[in-house]
Amino acid sequence: MAKQPLEGIRILDLGGVWAGTFSTVLLADLGAEVLKQENQFVWQPSTRAVPGPRIPPAMAQAGPGWVTGLPNNDPGESPWNYHPMFVSLYRNKRSFTLDIRQPEGKAILGRLAAMSDAVLENSAVGTMEKLGISYEWLREQREDIIFLRAPGYGITGEYASARTMGAHLEGTMGHQILRGYLGGDPNSNSGIFAADYIAAAQIALAIMMAIWHRNNTGKGQFIEMAQAENAAAMFAQAYMNYSFNGEVDHAIGNRSIYAADGQAPCGVYPCLSPGGAETGDDRWIAITVTSDATWEALRTVMGDPEWAQDPELATGAGRAAAQDMLDEKLAEWTADFEDEDLFARLQAAGVAAAPVLEASRVLDDPHVQARNLYVPQELQDDIGVHRYPRPIYDFPESEGGIRRPPVAFGQDNDYVYRELLGVSDEEYERLEAEGHIATSFSETL
Amino acid sequence: MSGPLNDVRVLDLTQHIAGPYATKLFADFGADVIKIERPGGDPSRRLGPYKGGEPHPEKSGTFFYFNTNKRSVALDLKEERGREAFWRLLERADMVVESFRPGVMDSLGLGWDEIHARRGDVPLISITNFGQESPYRDYKGSDLVLYAFAGEMFSTGLLEREPVKMYGTAALVQSGSAAATAMMGALMAGRYQGVGQQVDFSIADSHLVGVDRRHATVIGYQYSGRKSLRSPGAAVGMLNGVFPCQDGWVDLQGGGARFSNAREFLGYPDWMEDEKWDDPAIQMNPEAVEEFNAFFYVWLLEHTKREIWEAARKVRFLCGPLFTIDEVFEDPNFRARGFWEMADHAELGEVEIPGRPFLMSETPWELRRPAPLLGEHTAEVLGEAGYDAGAINELAAAGVAEVR
Repeated sequence: MAKQPLEGIRILDLGGVWAGTFSTVLLADLGAEVLKQENQFVWQPSTRAVPGPRIPPAMAQAGPGWVTGLPNNDPGESPWNYHPMFVSLYRNKRSFTLDIRQPEGKAILGRLAAMSDAVLENSAVGTMEKLGISYEWLREQREDIIFLRAPGYGITGEYASARTMGAHLEGTMGHQILRGYLGGDPNSNSGIFAADYIAAAQIALAIMMAIWHRNNTGKGQFIEMAQAENAAAMFAQAYMNYSFNGEVDHAIGNRSIYAADGQAPCGVYPCLSPGGAETGDDRWIAITVTSDATWEALRTVMGDPEWAQDPELATGAGRAAAQDMLDEKLAEWTADFEDEDLFARLQAAGVAAAPVLEASRVLDDPHVQARNLYVPQELQDDIGVHRYPRPIYDFPESEGGIRRPPVAFGQDNDYVYRELLGVSDEEYERLEAEGHIATSFSETL
Repeated sequence: MSGPLNDVRVLDLTQHIAGPYATKLFADFGADVIKIERPGGDPSRRLGPYKGGEPHPEKSGTFFYFNTNKRSVALDLKEERGREAFWRLLERADMVVESFRPGVMDSLGLGWDEIHARRGDVPLISITNFGQESPYRDYKGSDLVLYAFAGEMFSTGLLEREPVKMYGTAALVQSGSAAATAMMGALMAGRYQGVGQQVDFSIADSHLVGVDRRHATVIGYQYSGRKSLRSPGAAVGMLNGVFPCQDGWVDLQGGGARFSNAREFLGYPDWMEDEKWDDPAIQMNPEAVEEFNAFFYVWLLEHTKREIWEAARKVRFLCGPLFTIDEVFEDPNFRARGFWEMADHAELGEVEIPGRPFLMSETPWELRRPAPLLGEHTAEVLGEAGYDAGAINELAAAGVAEVR
């Protein structure tokens, strides 16, 4: 086995929320040593838990599993170590605490930067400025450092001061108008975090590209990502349609933007369900006809009903024009089947289809099991064994996988202070007393 | 200055969206991406929107956006001499990326063992719907189908309606971004350690354990036994939600602790003079919410989304105007930042497209060439690999290569 591609690379992680936090999982999965800096006196919103470090017990009793679902419905002592929204973003990392608002804290940060290949942050513009952390300051610590900043709208321009989460900047880039039900209002859209995650993947990519360049030339650099601009790739076809033709696209529900190119019908249709939507027991099948040939295959699976024999439907243009009728007829047909049954039948005939899988069914899925996507692990906190995600991909000839389960707040203070910085016992105690070293958020928050 | 990957050559056998987006990221940052297209070209040349509306393989907006900066070599890999050309190109390459169905590379005689035997240091990134080894490995996918199965679609939308997806191919673009990280890691293992390997990248897996929220609903259910359901209706609290305004909609988060700035945000209206609005707990009082909204909805209709966003920026509310695509395109901020790029294309003339995904100070994103015409670089690339003009003409005459 070869060592991991990023073994020996150290990343000083000043990031937060999803974009920063997920980006460094990708780097850690490839072998980088990620040092996640945390501060017992500073609560980074949507980074380790919501709404704050102390979650009222009543809040853990109800609500969507992904927002308030805590182990045994109990927030416990340190929910920031095992919040369902965030815990999966901490595998393979190290966590240490340091109050970088204090002069000595900033000096220590400088020493760590000098030992690091790259530093990243994605807070609102002003946060780093207030702390005096700039590319120039980091270069004084290490000449060839790589520094990446990823605020919502970048560091220049009239929107640079905007406070935003990924959901808001998706609105600005057009996604709220482009997604959602056909003819529906955008205020029925669910909050999603697509922009956060694409930014995360590309933060990791940008840092690796900069490492590649540094290894070639000895030079570091400064990287600026405006997350709004980064999200644009997800809406590329709509921009191209406007650029080409001056056309302004709107939401079309689950239909394909390629309907006229043969991709119709395309939709989500009801199946036999063990219960209703209010208990999450409603079942649905997603189907995309991707060509004239798969339309023929779908007809066969349906037993070629009379309505499907209309020769107009043999072409993409014909099916695109008949989408209302097709959706109605398909929904009538699917309603008599189990989703898993249709999944197997349609795929056996070469038609793209799958259940809209509710989260409670994921761990039982044969694909998820065959690929060992969720691996039983214990965390530092005694909350029992649960299955947590493994890295997205494996490198068969390189070491990898899960080297460490999701890291607890301040779990690696010993490693960072004693091994990396070489502080004495006496100094360690002093830094603890002065608030730098902690394993729990301050009661003052 | 040029991109950071200007010493990297990629043989790109990907098609459609996810793979081409991953290789576009490489090409846009300087890599020499040689896109090997089958006779007739990447099927995404047959996906709209088309310039002028009429389908044409050189006028696809999808193909254009996802294939900038690449060189196109049209080669029939089902022909012995086509494969021979592939092996010649491999001698000069740093990596191979493909997105065929599992088994197709083997059946073409271009499988991993063959590649590895010739170039031990060259990685192969295989991007597929469900991976090389899975009970679903031969299953078909689409943006909708993959997002439905692997992404967090079930909880997206309204409770009484069907789950609803994101725009277009957003889920595939997310996966393509993650695939680019796999390419970069494999490239490093190849260049620095001489280790070539096949990386099995599954689009489904990238959603199941990575990009976007699926992991959170799976963990939340394990922890609490509670599912994540769709919402019964538009969730609107005091200053929290998606609101209609004079010229469209705004997404606003000015509740909670931020509510203390509400007066400043609204321009100190008379109706907020009452001290009761100073108590943050008032946001939980349904009658007060109703009273507040009776004024607030009138205020919204008197203001444009830009005015509302500007006011929100001053008081640090989380906010985003819901721009339509023409508004994004014409927006002065992104224009001033230089986000849009002009490409000059042989068939389409000047075309404006979204530009850099991030700015690198030393090795910037660069639009060196627009998306290639089918086979535009066949002669050039085969020439670099040692084919003389006569040999290239012979391949073209035999229908093995398409030369433009």
